[in-house]
Amino acid sequence: MKPERLVEIDRLTKRFALPGPLVGRRRTIVAVDEVTLTIARGETLGLVGESGSGKTTLGRCVLRLTEPDEGRVRFAGVEVLALRAEALRRMRRRMQIVFQEATLSLNPRLRIGAAIREPVELHGLARGPSARARVVELLAEVGLDRTLGDHYPHQLSGGQRQRVGIARALSVEPEFLVLDEPISNLDVSLGAQVLNLLADLQARHGLTYLLIAHDLAVVRHLADRVAVVYLGRVVELAPAAALYQQPLHPYTASLLAAASVPDPQAARPRIVLSGEPPSAASPPPGCAFQPRCPHPKKDQRCIAERPALREVQPGRWAACHYAENAVEILRKG
Amino acid sequence: MKPLLSVRDLTTVFSLPGGLVARPVDGVSLDLFPGETLALVGESGSGKTTLALSLLRLIPEPPGRIDPASRVELDGTDVMRLDSTALRRVRGGGMAMIFQEPGSSLNPVMTVGSQIAETVRVHARLDRGAARRRTRDLLADVGLSDPDRRLDQYPHELSGGMQQRVMIAMALAGHPRVLIADEPTTALDVTIQLQILDLLTDLKRRLGLAVLLITHDLGVAARVADRVAVMYAGRIVESGPTARLFQRPRHPYTEALLLAVPRVDRPAERLPVVPGQPPPATDWPAGCRFHPRCRHAWERCRGAEPDLLGTDQEHVARCWLMDEPGRRAP
Repeated sequence: MKPERLVEIDRLTKRFALPGPLVGRRRTIVAVDEVTLTIARGETLGLVGESGSGKTTLGRCVLRLTEPDEGRVRFAGVEVLALRAEALRRMRRRMQIVFQEATLSLNPRLRIGAAIREPVELHGLARGPSARARVVELLAEVGLDRTLGDHYPHQLSGGQRQRVGIARALSVEPEFLVLDEPISNLDVSLGAQVLNLLADLQARHGLTYLLIAHDLAVVRHLADRVAVVYLGRVVELAPAAALYQQPLHPYTASLLAAASVPDPQAARPRIVLSGEPPSAASPPPGCAFQPRCPHPKKDQRCIAERPALREVQPGRWAACHYAENAVEILRKG
Repeated sequence: MKPLLSVRDLTTVFSLPGGLVARPVDGVSLDLFPGETLALVGESGSGKTTLALSLLRLIPEPPGRIDPASRVELDGTDVMRLDSTALRRVRGGGMAMIFQEPGSSLNPVMTVGSQIAETVRVHARLDRGAARRRTRDLLADVGLSDPDRRLDQYPHELSGGMQQRVMIAMALAGHPRVLIADEPTTALDVTIQLQILDLLTDLKRRLGLAVLLITHDLGVAARVADRVAVMYAGRIVESGPTARLFQRPRHPYTEALLLAVPRVDRPAERLPVVPGQPPPATDWPAGCRFHPRCRHAWERCRGAEPDLLGTDQEHVARCWLMDEPGRRAP
């Protein structure tokens, strides 16, 4: 039996208007550009990209925290974008988000216990003493001492606050979590603890994750499949093990080569990309990555024709005309 | 070879409300040689940034205070005893510093060219035209494309990577011999990080700079440092040549930290974690400061703090296991 598709994202597009003249055409940027992805129940899909790639906007569009302009999102078969306010509110109980900066999503004047109890009561899951008991249970679940329930956010460390953010998201018993850079503000030793916690929670509750990160290393530790985004488009999609073994898109190869590895002797491919990611307001013609691309086969076709995301090998997708020759990228360096 | 920068027993304390006293840097000694990059690695609260600011006496006093017994010698000059005029010459002239957020260190309403030219003219008597030419050369030196056009641009017109290059150009304006770089690539995307790290290495070689690179990222240290010093709880707990330190970490903290880093070149598996949290600077643990989180700790570790120990003088660790290796837990 095929695993159930819990989240189906179909040609999702989000544009933002740039500030501009009051009269006449305003420039727009396409933050998310016809992205199609599915996530199976119980799976972790990693979404990796640099700043400005649109990864966070995509995550927000899936939950309708940002309204997409085009495309569809189905959650357990339900058209999320067609839901009206009340139905959407009920749907939100099933899909939650954990933000990068837990501090910003916590009310500084609300004690931790109350902050976790709030969504429980809001969704009518428990009330009074049973809601308080649920808070104690959730604190334990994320590895926090129950006495921390009486503290205020500023009395907690960054790692503890991130656990509170996770407890809040879990409080409504969701099936699906968007994890937006969940450890990028944490120190190494605390980040490792939170990554392990996320793995434990997934195993215990059968959760489905969309893990958004700029860091391929973090994603490797949780993701079953990885989608790499560049300028709003998915450029590579593959099972994690295969992608780290042999990336098919030159951008993925460059990201892997640039990733920091705490071992000076590690055999590392050396690819230093020149230049900066282009602005989403004026993307280059053809392949958006073409001006920086280190692929030895790069040619006129890359400028003339935008490569579609295609299945290069079974289960492995890449948006590169020369994905079949990917192995040559590293040989060159 | 004589060190260019020699630090002995540097201690910086802060008086906090409620009578608390924090000692974020507590008796740190280190040497920095010309033409080398020393990476100072540590997590938040380990004291690495306070250490960097203390070297240039940029600690706000009060509430901060650098202990008068601390010695910081730059090429034989005791920085701690300089008057304000001489200190100004050292800042930027002898030692220059760049920071994590280039955007917040640049003046948003001044062009890039005039900001750097201003610094150029603090350090050398040049007329406007000559200062502008020197500024242009500096921008070219740090690898900014189209330096003539950049001169008249404002910081917001530049990307984060380009802004960091501008900060480096400004730091080089006074011909410093020591460059202190505090998390210079942390705010940048990985592909841009690599460009800036390459630039720092190139400048070190070309100008014979001594670079003190402060970072939380062990991978950054592995990539560019000649030597590494690891900080924990206000102390240097291990230091050694990069290859040896990474290959065979001697301090349990360094060892645990290395294992806790997610890596792109290792198959997914559960990350071994360092239990607990780093201690606050107001309350360093007695004995070895890492002992409450250390899986090897025994009586001796609770009772007394070791010095930096080791038979290999270049690679030392502040750990009693150096003295009693048989105690190392499997």
